Amino acid sequence: MEKKEINKTSDQTKERKSSAVGRREVIKTLATVPLLGAMAYGLVKTRKTALIDRDISDVFPLSNKNAVFLQPLAKGKQIRLGLIGFGIRGKQLMRALGFAEPSYIDTLIEAEKLNPDDTRYEVFREQDDLNVVINGVCDIFDNYGQSAQLTASNINREGTNGKFGPAPKRYRTYQELLSAGDIDAVVIAAPDHWHGTMTVAAAKAGKHVYCEKPVTWTVPETYLVRQAVRETGIIFQLGHQGRQTACYQKAEEIIRNDLLGHVNLIQVCTNRNTPNGAWVYSIIDGSSPQTIDWKQFEGDPARIAEYNDYMTSFGLDRYIGPEERNKFSLERFFRWRCWWDYSTGLSGDLLTHEYDAVNQIMHLGIPDSATSSGGVYFFKDGRTVPDVLQTTFEWPDRDLAMLYSATLASSRNRGKIFMGHDASMEVSNMLSITADRDSERYAAKIKQGIIPTDNPFFTYVPGQSKVDAVTSATELYFAQRGLLYTYVDGKRYDTTHLHMREWLECIRQGQTPSCNIDQAFQEAMTAHMGTRAYLEGRTMYWDKEKEEIVRG
Amino acid sequence: MENKLSKAQLSWLVILRIFIGWHFLYEGMVKVLNPNWTSTAYLMDSQGMFRSMFNNMAANAGLMKYVDFLNEWGLVLVGLGLILGCFARLSCIGGILLLLLYTFSHPALIGAEYMMPFEGSYFLIDKNIIELAALGVLFVFPTARVIGIDRFLDRVLPASFHKFIF
Repeated sequence: MEKKEINKTSDQTKERKSSAVGRREVIKTLATVPLLGAMAYGLVKTRKTALIDRDISDVFPLSNKNAVFLQPLAKGKQIRLGLIGFGIRGKQLMRALGFAEPSYIDTLIEAEKLNPDDTRYEVFREQDDLNVVINGVCDIFDNYGQSAQLTASNINREGTNGKFGPAPKRYRTYQELLSAGDIDAVVIAAPDHWHGTMTVAAAKAGKHVYCEKPVTWTVPETYLVRQAVRETGIIFQLGHQGRQTACYQKAEEIIRNDLLGHVNLIQVCTNRNTPNGAWVYSIIDGSSPQTIDWKQFEGDPARIAEYNDYMTSFGLDRYIGPEERNKFSLERFFRWRCWWDYSTGLSGDLLTHEYDAVNQIMHLGIPDSATSSGGVYFFKDGRTVPDVLQTTFEWPDRDLAMLYSATLASSRNRGKIFMGHDASMEVSNMLSITADRDSERYAAKIKQGIIPTDNPFFTYVPGQSKVDAVTSATELYFAQRGLLYTYVDGKRYDTTHLHMREWLECIRQGQTPSCNIDQAFQEAMTAHMGTRAYLEGRTMYWDKEKEEIVRG
Repeated sequence: MENKLSKAQLSWLVILRIFIGWHFLYEGMVKVLNPNWTSTAYLMDSQGMFRSMFNNMAANAGLMKYVDFLNEWGLVLVGLGLILGCFARLSCIGGILLLLLYTFSHPALIGAEYMMPFEGSYFLIDKNIIELAALGVLFVFPTARVIGIDRFLDRVLPASFHKFIF
């Protein structure tokens, strides 16, 4: 019995021992599991602060919509193009259409060999085929004319050793090109003093027109161009490729939703600091009176008469010339932007891009008034157009002013800024909004520390879908450095390519391009007001009823 | 081998394992819980020898879906593995691989500037590499068969798995 008792006790001890061992086993196995509870607590808190702190959708309502572009038809007809002008811009436009000079391709291939990160050739090769053929080219400089033929035949986008297609016909005059039966539409990249005349002639010949900016050189021809385009019903696109900048569409929505408060001042600028940027372009080898048709370069007699008439009637003769118009000059041929005789100056060449962007975003139309000042302060190379220019435009009916400020001798970056009572918006390839510290709309959020005022609180880069939260430091960093590419449906695009694509699609689909003749008319008159204000040294006004520039 | 560890050695190794696991798990979960998180920006910011490789990766939206998924859940699994001591040695290897990728993308080179600047001064050796080395230590001094779920797995899984996992 005693033995039994002992056995019983020993069994109990064993059981106790083994259950203790079991407990220890479980504890040692699962010792760290409770830590997950602590982690979970932290995560719940993190998520709450992350979501609550950055949400501004109540004061900053904005859609998730990304930029919309007119999509090409699947089976659109091929468009037969003619090109007038194969200088610097003409070459760029041809590339945007998918045709590059073989020598340019050579340099891209070479650049890629030296630096594998240089993917320009790859990007160009992958650029969409716009389904066009170049049937005619026209340039009054033989070198450019022949180069344009070769470029248009570079249908496989290859270098010098590539396989070329048939070369288009080279025309000596734009009139001959416009009378060709195998051309549906023309791209005009001639100097400014030819834009209006060529557009009118093209419209009358029934050719659709893509014309480089500005649309006109003189004021009177501006009415003629609008009339010709309207009467003939051709599809007209002015070359402000900024129209295809995704951020501008978002900026328009931001203005429409009144997220900046009342916008009362807009600042737009041009900041360049190189000879090239100041239009001192290279004189090309092989250029001479024998290879350049100077007579055509001089311009259309009717336009020249309008120009001379304006200058002399307002005592502005000092801006004509100084050389005789019929005197051959390589400087004037290649650097024509430096002289009013052919140029529209900073107003027509660069202000127009800025104005057109603002007009796209805010639909301002022609300003009520323009006042300008400036001078030739750096490039004292004999030019007559200023290299520093300030123009102030006023829209009293919209209670706002726009200041355009330009220099060709400092590249200090000054952005395109829309200043509102509640916030200011800076627009470029990205868009950023900074709250005003005295804002009413954002006052509560600023007080709560949700919206900062020392940095942009919202940035948008094309393709971004999240729009209702304060931008994080990471996003801001990348947006500010432009490190995130701009994509349309996941593909990177050049805006000039998109702008020409839109024009071609409008021809195919019978639609109106974004920079149509009405926008072009507004652009031209605005630039002319700025120019005249500078030349005459007094404020210019726009008479809405008569559609005329009048003096104060 | 763990049997030879003193109590103090074991304790500090387990603490190290938990700390690194905690770091990985939290990094992973923050990303998993944020539907807008992507490593695109980080990869675009790469420097050094492998910059173009990481940049190309970032430019490929289709690929990035997988890269982000693997990174997020890789961090979570490594973190869980280390904290719980579950497949702890495998987790060490996973952690080392992830840290290697981060190091290749953001090496501490002289003159390299990053979006998120280092909070101190580093040359070649930064905290990522030190964490990597610590995972190496944990790999060669496994503790999860003493404290951790591996203690249980050790008994139930066939022996042929052991060398591979623990």
